Amino acid sequence: MAVRQQGRPTTRPPTTPRRPHQDPRFLVLVLVGGALGTVTRYAIERAFPAAEGSWPWATFAINVVGAFVLGALLESLLRTGADEGWRRAVRVGVGTGVLGGFTTYSTFAVEADLLVRDGHALLAAGYAVGSVVLGVGAAVGGILAAGRFAARDRS
Amino acid sequence: MTALLVALGGGLGAVVRFVVDGAVQRRNRLSFPLGTLLINVSGSLLLGVLTGLVLFHGSPTELQAVVGTGFCGGYTTFSTASVEAGRLLLTERRWAAVAHAAGMLVASLAAAAVGLWLASV
Repeated sequence: MAVRQQGRPTTRPPTTPRRPHQDPRFLVLVLVGGALGTVTRYAIERAFPAAEGSWPWATFAINVVGAFVLGALLESLLRTGADEGWRRAVRVGVGTGVLGGFTTYSTFAVEADLLVRDGHALLAAGYAVGSVVLGVGAAVGGILAAGRFAARDRS
Repeated sequence: MTALLVALGGGLGAVVRFVVDGAVQRRNRLSFPLGTLLINVSGSLLLGVLTGLVLFHGSPTELQAVVGTGFCGGYTTFSTASVEAGRLLLTERRWAAVAHAAGMLVASLAAAAVGLWLASV
């Protein structure tokens, strides 16, 4: 594997480290994970559509839950070892792919703007600020929960 | 069929996010994550335009599902944004965390509003 082929200048030296976002295997993981996360969000949004002029509960719940799970996942991976091998595959496939595709910032921003447009400025402000504050809080909660779990495992 | 296209759009959006974030972070000299900010603002602008086209010009709602819910939803991310701000908070960089969360919110809301406005004229 590490032996370099002499007289074959066109082959890439095997020691060149490839960055994850240039590695086709990781691109496939993100593609599949992102598709799964997105279609799950699509199904939830269709099952619980937001009524006009009301709090968009589906997007809100998706984003807060996704923030908690991503915080817990990334912290668990960090605490169990280096970002390589299966850990990197899970981080990229499940973290960047599934959870990144599951949660959405664009739908959230447009929903808040449409609430303003329809004359519900206060509701829009509550939704916008509430989502961000609870999202960050959920991420911190996930990180701390994973840390506590790891500490208990070691003792 | 629409669900399959939504999934495909979401997968492609996630891949574009992965590549853009990797490229931005590689060039980013600040100890402040910029990739997700750029992604969420540009995705909000695009979804604003798309939503405006459906609302004001009667573009098909399937377009909104596939490109909006699918591509834009897969491209932008709320979870990574929250974890980035949460990590700044936990490393005692409180003002950086507030600037990250508030800056992204204001910039994305403004971008989506500009997109809606662009599609309305």
